[in-house]
Amino acid sequence: MSQTTIDPRLMRAPPKRKLRLSWADERIRGVVWQVLVVGIVGTIVWWLWSNTVHNLEVRKIATGFGFLTREAGLPVAESVIEYSPTDTYLRALTVGLLNTLKVAVVGIVLSTILGTVIGIARLSRNWLVAKLSAIYVEVIRDLPLLLQLLFWYTILQSLPGPRQAMQPVPGVFLSNRGLKLPWLDWQDAHSLALLALLLGAVVTWFYRRQALAKRILDGQPRRIWPVALGAMGALPVLVWAALGAPWTADWPELRGFNFRGGVTVSPEFFALLLGLVLYTAGFIAEIVRAGILAVPQGQWEAAQALGLHPGQVLRQIVLPQALRVIIPPMTSQYLNITKNSSLAVAIGYQDIVSIANTTLNQTGQAIEGIAIIMLVYLTISLSISLFMNWYNARIALVER
Amino acid sequence: MSETLEYVASAARPDAPPAILLDKVNKWFGAMHVLRDVSLNVAVGERVVVCGPSGSGKSTTIRCINRLETHQEGRIVVDGIELSDDIRALDAIRREVGMVFQSFNLFPHLTILENCTLAPIWVRRMPKREAEELAMEYLTRVRIPEQAKKYPGQLSGGQQQRVAIARALCMKPKIMLFDEPTSALDPEMIKEVLDTMVGLAETGMTMICVTHEMGFARQVADRVVFMDRGEIVEMGTPAQVFENPQTDRLKLFLSQILRGH
Repeated sequence: MSQTTIDPRLMRAPPKRKLRLSWADERIRGVVWQVLVVGIVGTIVWWLWSNTVHNLEVRKIATGFGFLTREAGLPVAESVIEYSPTDTYLRALTVGLLNTLKVAVVGIVLSTILGTVIGIARLSRNWLVAKLSAIYVEVIRDLPLLLQLLFWYTILQSLPGPRQAMQPVPGVFLSNRGLKLPWLDWQDAHSLALLALLLGAVVTWFYRRQALAKRILDGQPRRIWPVALGAMGALPVLVWAALGAPWTADWPELRGFNFRGGVTVSPEFFALLLGLVLYTAGFIAEIVRAGILAVPQGQWEAAQALGLHPGQVLRQIVLPQALRVIIPPMTSQYLNITKNSSLAVAIGYQDIVSIANTTLNQTGQAIEGIAIIMLVYLTISLSISLFMNWYNARIALVER
Repeated sequence: MSETLEYVASAARPDAPPAILLDKVNKWFGAMHVLRDVSLNVAVGERVVVCGPSGSGKSTTIRCINRLETHQEGRIVVDGIELSDDIRALDAIRREVGMVFQSFNLFPHLTILENCTLAPIWVRRMPKREAEELAMEYLTRVRIPEQAKKYPGQLSGGQQQRVAIARALCMKPKIMLFDEPTSALDPEMIKEVLDTMVGLAETGMTMICVTHEMGFARQVADRVVFMDRGEIVEMGTPAQVFENPQTDRLKLFLSQILRGH
């Protein structure tokens, strides 16, 4: 259909529109409205700002972030990094930020997995599975998250004390102080083995890409699992063994009124994570279901009629079409998890909001405290949005 | 075309197994009995047109042949392989049976060329270059090679349906099933699709077409099957079925579609 000559009549440039100074001209109206809106917003901001500055002067409150380097003197129950009350406010806030990130990241991963499983289960032909998933979604979405968090926290609080702790497996203790697990005596060998595992995963990923590309070129399928097993199984084990194969573990033990050693999953973290994951999974399940239903039945049929296996149909035909429906609302859910994690305050998990609150109580720097919280959430949320938009653009489909 | 075609295989290979054998096939949707003792032999190279009012079980019958629907009673043997719960048998049959749908069902996120090469690459394990050459050959045969790099959404309905035919042919099937291939098309596009199907019939392909296109049936069909309420009511050459209907149901059906044309 390629035409080499173009009709000169098709080359004519569009005529220039003349600007008419009249209220009836839509461009004039547009400019006037925009100037008005910007002016009003600017005035409101200026008024708020000058009011605040004036009030702070009258009350003789010093502004600025100087307090961040002072000693915090505030105890934090659980922390990813080393922390003691003699550390600075900056370090305390960092601990809070890391706690927020911890629950958000783990929550996003788990709720995506659980939500996807429930969403697919609701489409199952098995009556019981489909109905149970439907009931789960309807119940969990209809109850306020705060209520659910309190519910889980109350349940975890009513577990027996450390002395009567439940011991489902030797070395694992469940009590109202949380879940205690044995943990490896961490050494360099473990870090290096972990590094080797990561390296192996990257190698496997690249190999898989290569294998698929080659398969498309010459049609021959290639085994991926031997490489995966070697790179992600044998390599880390070899590294670990070469460094003396250390395997001593740190077992939790009851000392006095509490446990020593091992790692702890605190009841606060566990309740928050459980509440966030179960709640958000209900929404994600519906998003996944909608995405799969958005692909017409005819696509399945056509692909199956061509001889493609169910896995190939899903990978080549259904997922590419479903994902573009799934990703944008999924981004909203990831943002929701992150922001909803601030409900941690209600059950005493020390996230960024909790620690910033204490900070502003102790220092009186309310504006700075709130600004820090806002900055933190804005940064996390924008990062998630940017990543998801990048992913969305990567999988975006060209159809025309 | 003579009656001898009716139940035996092609004259050249009288004892060759039939391409498709349906033996007393029954199917229910819930409590509704949608196929009643449907029996049909299709010889290698034979062209069968299935017609009948909507809801008569025509589409369900041919969708049972590649198991897009499962039958509950009776036997279906395709190219010597019996359809069962055995996945390998199903794979083998689907590789040999191509299907064209009323609503085209092209993959909207793949180009025309990719639509055609997908199954040869992933199912037939054909090298990409070979698959692309094959696809271009069939796209040329359905007279749209210049659209290869476009997406289905950029094509007209008639063009899309011709791509769907080329896509099915790229798997080099022995049997082609057409499920009302022209029913979703504007009148001026019906002809281009029918012409493609006539061209395909001339190559000796075994075909079952669910269609109401009487002209097409007269031109290419060895046999016309009339279905109503889930059963085969009449069967014969186009001349027998169209000029000399035996049952009231067929007479009524013919009068209705003739009035419509």
